[in-house]
Amino acid sequence: MIETEQLTKKYGDLVAIQNLSFKVEEGRIWGLLGPNAAGKTTTMRILTGYLPATSGRASVAGFDVFEQADSVKQSIGYLPENVPLYPEMTVESYLGFVAEIKKIPASRKKAAVDRAVQIAGLQSVRKRLIKNISRGYRQRTGIAQALIHNPKVVILDEPTIGLDPAQIKEIRDLIKSLRGEHTIMLSTHILAEVKEVCDGVVIINEGKLMASGSLEDLARNFSQNDGVYLRLDSTDREVLNLFRHLPGIQQAAREGAEIRLEWPWGQDLRTRVLKLCLENNLEIKEMRSLAMNIEELYLRIVSGGMEQ
Amino acid sequence: MSPVWSITKKELVSYFTSPIACIVIAIFILLSGFFFYSLVWWFNTQAMQMAQNPYYYQQININQMVFAPFFHNLSIILLLMLPVVSMRLFSEEKKMGTEELLFTSPVSVFQIILGKYLAALIVLLAMLALSAIPTIFTFIHGNPEPVPYLLGYLGLFLLGAAFLALGIFWSALTENQIVSAVLTFGTLLLFWVLSWAAYSARGLWQDVLNYLSFFEHFDGLTKGVLDTSDLVYYLSFAFFGLFLTHSVIQFRRWR
Repeated sequence: MIETEQLTKKYGDLVAIQNLSFKVEEGRIWGLLGPNAAGKTTTMRILTGYLPATSGRASVAGFDVFEQADSVKQSIGYLPENVPLYPEMTVESYLGFVAEIKKIPASRKKAAVDRAVQIAGLQSVRKRLIKNISRGYRQRTGIAQALIHNPKVVILDEPTIGLDPAQIKEIRDLIKSLRGEHTIMLSTHILAEVKEVCDGVVIINEGKLMASGSLEDLARNFSQNDGVYLRLDSTDREVLNLFRHLPGIQQAAREGAEIRLEWPWGQDLRTRVLKLCLENNLEIKEMRSLAMNIEELYLRIVSGGMEQ
Repeated sequence: MSPVWSITKKELVSYFTSPIACIVIAIFILLSGFFFYSLVWWFNTQAMQMAQNPYYYQQININQMVFAPFFHNLSIILLLMLPVVSMRLFSEEKKMGTEELLFTSPVSVFQIILGKYLAALIVLLAMLALSAIPTIFTFIHGNPEPVPYLLGYLGLFLLGAAFLALGIFWSALTENQIVSAVLTFGTLLLFWVLSWAAYSARGLWQDVLNYLSFFEHFDGLTKGVLDTSDLVYYLSFAFFGLFLTHSVIQFRRWR
């Protein structure tokens, strides 16, 4: 659905992004992850046709971003980091205006506005002036604006920035509810967001591609083993030896109050670990998966300079 | 609905809800009303005096004594006020980040410029139409010639359209509305001053400066002379302004 090839953008001498190639499949939610000033916004601006690239190619929904700009703009919904709102308009008239410039026929305009209001949960504020509604609702209005013409691809630049935790959860739930119908790319530097919302990521740093793929694939590529962290009531040193002798376990080590158990990909030793604990009367306080630790993955990828 | 008209409508909503248009129109009516009143008052006293002498009485002409100076006064007020009308057109979009919405919509840059320009022209039309209300009484109680009167208003509209085209160009260059207004105002003053410079210039220079000056082309219209070269001047000025705006916007994104 979204594909880039050797995409490069320079502002004068400053290289914003360099030889970026990645792919996002249809109907998935993909995160564009990277530290601040990594080139996330630039990438999104190129995909939406706001900025031209210096070199390279990009296509969205099967259309070339540079040669079929109008078709791309028609099939893309975009929420820039600065939510583009006109404070003196009501939510409803604003969405009506966006519907018009997205070339929705007049006969379908009202239905499109109603649908966007419905999806984004704006029923209670639709008649109010945008300058008088809360930040969370403004963000929702921004998302409603991006969805109004039912685009195949939705691009969201930092959709939860500056919101309170309850609002963040609402926006994330809203984005998750769009999975399947739309292909979504959202940029963020919040790892928890990626973990909760996204199917896969493109990680960039200083304009360069560090990694891309589904979260499982990345975890597989960057860590050799699957495994769990285990927290037990006992801190007995002997316990570690018990696990070490369990067949299939490659490594068992104590990390602070936790025990880290590793085994090769493709096996699942969790049941065996549980049984072992039961047999030895060890009370389990917590057990969590090792592989999906995105923080660790991200730090290894970004700071370690591990390019794929 | 054409996207140009959608943009025009949206601009008109912001003109009249942020009270810029209302304030500009109100002050314009107030000033034009004052000028018109004082010109009519002066015309009346002159007419009384001249009525003593049959020769002078023949010379009394309301078009020349009231409307020609009235239109000149209005042209200067437009020069002072229209930069305020044009200053927000692109500057505000840039500052608010809403230009990202416009430029990522399937609407061409030219349609966006045209939509905004049309909205500013409608504000100008409203200013001129409302300023004409008191002048209707001269037609009820006197008999001015309608052609120079109508051409005078046409001239004001064309002059204003040229001012606004220059203003939209400057507003595309800066995200600061004040800077945009000051630059527009400064350039307009420069064009005004050109006609003074033309007095002291000689030969070809005089012709060139005279041709470039806004007000040289306006004079003829207020006297009731419709010269196509004046029309061409204003229309090409407006077109050139819009064309430059288009180039500036494209250049900023493609650089």
